Amino acid sequence: MNGASGNYGMGLPIQASDAAPHIDLGLRVIHFAMFAIFILWSIFFVYLLLKYRKRAGVAAQREHMGLFWSLLPDAIVLGFEILLIFFYAIPGWTRFKMDAPKPEDSTQIEIVAQQFNWNIRYPGPDGKFGRTDPKLIDFANPLGIDPTDPASKDDYVSVNQLHLPVGKPVLIRLSSMDVIHSFFIPEFRVKQDAVPGMRVPVWFTPTREGQYEITCAQLCGVGHAIMRGDVSVHTPEDFQKWLAEASAPPAEARAAAPIEQW
Amino acid sequence: MSTATMEHAPVESTGIPNGKLGTWLFLASEVMLFATLFTSYIVLRVAAPSWPRGWDVLNVPLATLNTFILITSSVTIVMAHAKVLEKDKAGFRRYMFFTLLLSFGFLIVKSFEYASKFQHHHYPATSIFYAIYFTTTGLHGIHVIGGILFNAGLMIWGAGDGWEDPLFAGRVEYAGLYWHFVDIVWIFLFPALYLL
Amino acid sequence: MKDHSEHGEHNGAHQDDFVGKYIFSVDHKVIGLQYLFTSMFFLLFGFTLVLLMRWQLAYPGTRIPLIGSLLPLSLAPGGVMLPSFYNSLGAMHGTIMVFLGIVPLGVGAFGNYVLPLQIGAPDMAFPRMNMMSYWSYLPGGCLMLLSFFLPGGAAQSGWTSYPPLSVINPGQTTWLIAMVFLITSSLLGSINFIVTTLNMRAQGMTLWRMPVFVWAQFVTAILLLLAFPPLEAASILQLMDRVAGTSFYIPANLVVGGKLLDHTGGGQPLLWQHLFWFLAHPEVYVLILPAMGIVAEIIANNTRKPLFGYKEIVGAMIFLGGMSFVVWAHHMFLSGMTPALSNFFLVTTMIISVPSVALLTCLVFSLHGGSIRFTVPMLFALAFLPMFGIGGLTGLPLGMPVTDIYLHDTYYVIGHFHYVVVTGTIIALMGGTYFWFPKWFGRRMSEGWGKFHFWTTLLCMNGVFMPMFIMGMAGASRRLYDPTAQLHNLTTQPMNVVSTISAILLMTAQIPFLVNFFYSIFHGEKCDSNPWHVTTLDWACPSPPPHGNFAKPPRVYRGPYEYSLPGAKADWIPQDVKEAA
Repeated sequence: MNGASGNYGMGLPIQASDAAPHIDLGLRVIHFAMFAIFILWSIFFVYLLLKYRKRAGVAAQREHMGLFWSLLPDAIVLGFEILLIFFYAIPGWTRFKMDAPKPEDSTQIEIVAQQFNWNIRYPGPDGKFGRTDPKLIDFANPLGIDPTDPASKDDYVSVNQLHLPVGKPVLIRLSSMDVIHSFFIPEFRVKQDAVPGMRVPVWFTPTREGQYEITCAQLCGVGHAIMRGDVSVHTPEDFQKWLAEASAPPAEARAAAPIEQW
Repeated sequence: MSTATMEHAPVESTGIPNGKLGTWLFLASEVMLFATLFTSYIVLRVAAPSWPRGWDVLNVPLATLNTFILITSSVTIVMAHAKVLEKDKAGFRRYMFFTLLLSFGFLIVKSFEYASKFQHHHYPATSIFYAIYFTTTGLHGIHVIGGILFNAGLMIWGAGDGWEDPLFAGRVEYAGLYWHFVDIVWIFLFPALYLL
Repeated sequence: MKDHSEHGEHNGAHQDDFVGKYIFSVDHKVIGLQYLFTSMFFLLFGFTLVLLMRWQLAYPGTRIPLIGSLLPLSLAPGGVMLPSFYNSLGAMHGTIMVFLGIVPLGVGAFGNYVLPLQIGAPDMAFPRMNMMSYWSYLPGGCLMLLSFFLPGGAAQSGWTSYPPLSVINPGQTTWLIAMVFLITSSLLGSINFIVTTLNMRAQGMTLWRMPVFVWAQFVTAILLLLAFPPLEAASILQLMDRVAGTSFYIPANLVVGGKLLDHTGGGQPLLWQHLFWFLAHPEVYVLILPAMGIVAEIIANNTRKPLFGYKEIVGAMIFLGGMSFVVWAHHMFLSGMTPALSNFFLVTTMIISVPSVALLTCLVFSLHGGSIRFTVPMLFALAFLPMFGIGGLTGLPLGMPVTDIYLHDTYYVIGHFHYVVVTGTIIALMGGTYFWFPKWFGRRMSEGWGKFHFWTTLLCMNGVFMPMFIMGMAGASRRLYDPTAQLHNLTTQPMNVVSTISAILLMTAQIPFLVNFFYSIFHGEKCDSNPWHVTTLDWACPSPPPHGNFAKPPRVYRGPYEYSLPGAKADWIPQDVKEAA
């Protein structure tokens, strides 16, 4: 496989998008709190087991710790959660799932998931996606692009190979043509279910050049395990070069760069 | 029997007889069942680009007739219960018989409706509208059949040992509760499917 | 004290013949044991299924040892499992463990046997309906097992059965029909439990004198009653999509394998998800509440003091039950539903963590001031506390939509829910088995083998599931037939080996338990009716209790945990004793 294998270790993968630092911060803070809570509780638990184990001549005492002590853990956990909700969770969710960037400012892409491929479409210089018709779908035209629509003249379709320029927001309209899949790039901390009959926007900004992996994160059939793709993040110039070569007029394109598959 | 000494021991209880409480709980679960179907109907209809008007496609006169049939059968089953309390065996059998007759009438009218739809090649698969129509009225119909079986069973039991059984009056009441529920579901279904 | 219960009902038929006494019995104790043995079988079967999966996960593409050559070509040619078989194993493991294993054990077995005893009743309110409940469960379970042998094989779309995949995949129709049987069984049972708890308590057994176990079963029954019907309706709609060609969940213009599907469309895949999770979230509280009830009873008994915060515990259980109906879409943050909805479910999910923390706090605080006996049941009950703590804590990053973006559908989720259900509920159920065994069979299980079973099981369970958190944080995805086909799983692949070896050892560790269990039924050390010195009414009758349970109706004078009363001669006073001796 390609150079993406170095991105992973026993901890979080490398951070390659603008979403990654925010999400990793949340994960680390929450896990720190979880460890702290667990360790403190465990110490208390072991203390209770040792101090109150059955001993000859010592009876159990019916009085117990007051209500205050029993509500304290609840209050601490609730307080922590409230802080997380207002200062982390809601702002983050708004940023990653509600406030989409403008299409004009983004690299626009359409991804239509399929058993067991990622069909990726670039709208070309006109910035418009051509019309599609499910009746036109075949092996050479996986999205069923209607060639009579002028907007589809400069559309370019890649299968399982996603190329992106670094530093610019990417705006993906995600869908599926058969069952529910889920578009997941671990290094970007990006994930979204691809649902047939729905077009869901996904956005992020790649912050690091390199090779990354797309994987499917929703059981989609017998090929779910092999449904993967490659992401290549280039400098803006290299990206333009790639796009120009790849979407060159059909005859030359087929000769020069056949549809890449994994 | 070892429980003989337990039979009349005082217990902590709500005061509502077991069968009645059980029937209400069962109806609560049935409300959840039909509420789910209604919710699905609303969700699918709101999201649909277009939806036929019920009264353009479905047989409103027949369904109106069915509504009256069902409401009347709710009255007759209440009368049947009243006759049990009055110890009027013949009266109970008469009213339970009318209830069953009306219930069958409902099903017969329904089968005319379905047959006519099938003749025009309208099946559940034809459109999402028909899918909802057949599924909800079909499930309702299954509940009507269930009620018929239970009521018929009560009639047979009441003709024999049942009449003297201390549980008999209660069970007729519970059958009535269930039957009212089936009626109420129809009263929601009818406008929701046929009139809107 | 009222006398309106219909006693004629609960006398049931007087059963003399073998079939009436042991097969179609209406005695809650016989039915409880039927559930016990049947659910134990299903748990072991579900465990075996996942052992096959674990082999494939640790050593993808290799021959399954021992039984590989016995499997048919359609499932594992050359002993190497096919992706479709892997997916079937996954779907059926989940289904069997949840619906055929844990709930029938926790509710059908423990609930049925113990609840009437603990409230001083001679049987359930509706004994015949109780029998029908078991006899709906068994055929449903058999149908699930049978589905492996039918054309198309068993369901392979996850226990979650998401359409459109579940509509176009084989095996789902049988699954849906079997679910209808299981849901029916559950509904009949829940009505019985609720009416029994409300109407059949012995004189003096007010609601606030009921043991926590009874409260837990009561709340569980309400959840089952109200949450299962939506799944039943949703399943009917999915059946219609599969069998009648409707499109409740199928949008227009689906193209599968290059061909346009001939459904008319107009449906929504997300509708299923909402309806499914509306049940399935309360379902997970159905999985945990009986376990908490069991742990509470064992802790009270083995600390020789009343539980800390009895009323808080009951209140927390009721609040938990209520809240469980409004958190479901935290399973759907990334489903494509309107993002603003996620914020609502974020808040409700955070709120529901409060009663969970309260319950755990009260149980831990119950140890304070106690005189703790480390009996075998107590070992399991104690282990439940930190293990459930880990399970609950790991729910926190999953319940926050932002961090869930990364963790959703990774091994982290699998680690989270297995910690709650396996090291939580199953540990509690094992403890409950050791605890109530003398009541069911009048004999004791071996303490020594029990301790061995405890330590090996605890160690191995952690060995299976702790690595999954590491895998999940590293990004490893779940439900992958071959994890090594994806780059992001390669570095954590050794964790899969650790899990698999631990799982095999875990299965091995259950052998002494099973031998201990079955041997002790016939040859275990005989004991009196209350060897643990428990205050609750279930131990105030013979072990095992005869038909009708109590020789004369119990009269309750005190609360459920009158241990170590100052000035009393013994350190425990049963609920039905008037004067403190």
